[in-house]
Amino acid sequence: MKLSRRTRAIAAVAGAASIAIIAAGCAPSSDSGSDGGQVELTVATFNDFGYTDELLQEYMDANPNVKVVQNVAATSNDARANYFQKLGKKGLADVEAIEVDWLPEVMQYSDLLAPVPADLKDRWLDWKTAAATDADGNLIGYGTDIGPEGVCYRSDLFAAAGLPTDRDEVAKLLDGDWAKYFEVGAQYTAATGSAFFDSAGGTYQGMINQVEAAYEDPDSGDITATTNPEVEDLYNQVLDASATQSAHLGQWSDDWFAGLSNGAFATMLCPGWMLGVISGNAEDVTGWDIANTFPNGGGNWGGSYLTVPANGANVEEAQKLADWLTAPEQQVKAFENAGTFPSQNEALTSDTLLGSTNEYFNNAPVGQILTDRANAITVAPFKGPFYFQVNDAMQQALTRVEDGTQDKKASWDQWVSEVEAIG
Amino acid sequence: MTSTKTAPPSAPSPQQARPDRTERTPRRIAFGHKLSKWDLKLSPYLYISPFFILFAITGLFPIAYTAVISFMDWDLVRNSGTFIGFDQYVYVLTQPKFWIALRNTFSIFLLSSVPQLILAVFIATMLDQNIRAKTFWRMGVLLPYVMAPVAVALIFSNMFGDKYGLINTLLGNIGLPPVMWHSNAFASHIAIATMVNFRWTGYNTLILLAAMQAIPRDYYEAAAIDGANKFRQFTAITLPSLRPTLIFVIITSTIGGLQIFDEPRMYDQFGTGGANSQWLTISLYLYDIGWGQWNFGRAAALAWILFLIILAIGVVNMLVTNRLVRDEGSRDGRSRRDRRAAAIAARTELEHRVGGTVRDDFGSTSTGAATSDTNDKTTEVAR
Repeated sequence: MKLSRRTRAIAAVAGAASIAIIAAGCAPSSDSGSDGGQVELTVATFNDFGYTDELLQEYMDANPNVKVVQNVAATSNDARANYFQKLGKKGLADVEAIEVDWLPEVMQYSDLLAPVPADLKDRWLDWKTAAATDADGNLIGYGTDIGPEGVCYRSDLFAAAGLPTDRDEVAKLLDGDWAKYFEVGAQYTAATGSAFFDSAGGTYQGMINQVEAAYEDPDSGDITATTNPEVEDLYNQVLDASATQSAHLGQWSDDWFAGLSNGAFATMLCPGWMLGVISGNAEDVTGWDIANTFPNGGGNWGGSYLTVPANGANVEEAQKLADWLTAPEQQVKAFENAGTFPSQNEALTSDTLLGSTNEYFNNAPVGQILTDRANAITVAPFKGPFYFQVNDAMQQALTRVEDGTQDKKASWDQWVSEVEAIG
Repeated sequence: MTSTKTAPPSAPSPQQARPDRTERTPRRIAFGHKLSKWDLKLSPYLYISPFFILFAITGLFPIAYTAVISFMDWDLVRNSGTFIGFDQYVYVLTQPKFWIALRNTFSIFLLSSVPQLILAVFIATMLDQNIRAKTFWRMGVLLPYVMAPVAVALIFSNMFGDKYGLINTLLGNIGLPPVMWHSNAFASHIAIATMVNFRWTGYNTLILLAAMQAIPRDYYEAAAIDGANKFRQFTAITLPSLRPTLIFVIITSTIGGLQIFDEPRMYDQFGTGGANSQWLTISLYLYDIGWGQWNFGRAAALAWILFLIILAIGVVNMLVTNRLVRDEGSRDGRSRRDRRAAAIAARTELEHRVGGTVRDDFGSTSTGAATSDTNDKTTEVAR
């Protein structure tokens, strides 16, 4: 006991010293906040949120006493590292963007963030707010975009396999559960001898995002992944299909990018932001199209929030800015700028959104399709602090089977032992 | 030494001075005097202090801090933790992943360092010859080192793609089965070692080349007159003279090799060492625990384990180094006196056989091992 207290004191001193060093390093940044004078707000985002200089200028014009500066990190991972190193200390921007992938980790520190005012809660889709609401009922994130999923397919390859090519007919063909999707896949593979989908991992991602409590018990927080029959079923189902129908190309690998254009696979699960990835990496291919369907209902993959650190210099002003940025009007503009699909109820009825088409995807009405896909989402999967570690291990387990390193049983057993070591 | 020289002539003077000193009250030392005394004593430490102060802040403090954290269940955001003793160390050491990572680290280290050094010595020897456009070639070998590691990784990941990579396409064209660069552990180690070699061979070549050029050219001339061919000159003169430099290069590449991170991290799209930890190295594992899982207590424990491993290998390195450096010059393990005696014996025998006087150079430059050998050389030179 005595030892423990002493080390804690040492740790406190050490911690304080490190804070002092960090603080000293970041000292000359607080000339803002003087009463009645100019207030400078910083917004930290990553990738492309669609917040252009013109959009931010609109806010500054409406609020002459506020100056908004945006810092853009290259990747979500960079932003994540920065976020956790500074959260609760000094140095974070007044408004910080976070991604849904690491939202569960942020939720552990929800007390360090300023809650969203109660009157805004109805602005977003239910499941979007549910994921960012902590045990005390505080909503800590202003939803920006979401990733409702459809199915992208190669109409030229479908034609070669004797399958329908029109996107409405394809939607009808695929309508149903995952068994139906793999059934069509078996047809395609039998007809052409080539792969139907890109990888077991990518497909599993779509499946597991429809499970309400996949890996952890929402009440106790215990890891239940290894004993959850749903998880094992999905694991078996996707790997049984993958043996013949998968191109075995792990997502984001060089081979996968090559496969987007060389016809290695005919379909892929497609969140809205994936459209840009496909059209950007397979420019010469004319066959890609998107069908207004998703196996087993709707599914969401990805999306972001804005948060306001509670110890910032201008919390109130920052909240106002985050409120304005995530209002439906601004998010529709962001969608026009960067293709980030809005998460606000009202934005989903916007004419600009519903009327938007994508030339690359054979002029598909992507606005309407994705809106339908967003409305089809019914489940808000529970993701606790260990979700991504468990899911990461699962992705590796699927890859081990796909690349032939292990068989289905051995890989499952290894996953179980890895998950048991977590925590 | 110095005292024996100075003592005798000035011996009486202290005794004369002594009564003087007892009468006089000790003179108060002026502050300026004190200052200059301090100046003399403290200045050297002051001059070197900036480095050590900086080191204490940026080096020593984090190391100690890491040690403290490694005994705790640490929460980075709240900056607090609970003391849990050696639990983190026990956890790390009982993880199969740790041992796989250790195996991978050593495997990649050996696959990169050994061929790299052999190649570097070879290239340096070639560059040491009398070739045209020396500067061009020398700059050429350094070019890969100047390239950004990420750019190197991009090029190589294109080459080592499993399905559509350059190498597997070439293999397919000549009818060979593809190599599974990302699922076979050994293949992945070779691929990563190739990237490391590409980057560091040129750098080591330049260091070795500099050392080679410091070897007196007389040795080679003498050896050539002795009739030693290029290869013999290389093994008998170049390699032994390179020993201290080689040791330096080996130690730096050991430290670098055990901390290898960039190349395995860039080897696939996730940077977590492969689905079955095929190319997970210790530092990659450390990064994943720290910045992937935010478990800094555990990461700190692993960091200390890595530190101890490097320290242990450093000690082994040092012991080997000490032996080699002490023995430097006596390749056959005989002392200088033995060798001189052998050389004299060889020369006298030679004089007997050839029937003339042999110049001193011959005896001392040849190792004096075999008289017939020396004899052949002499006749060769005579011809």
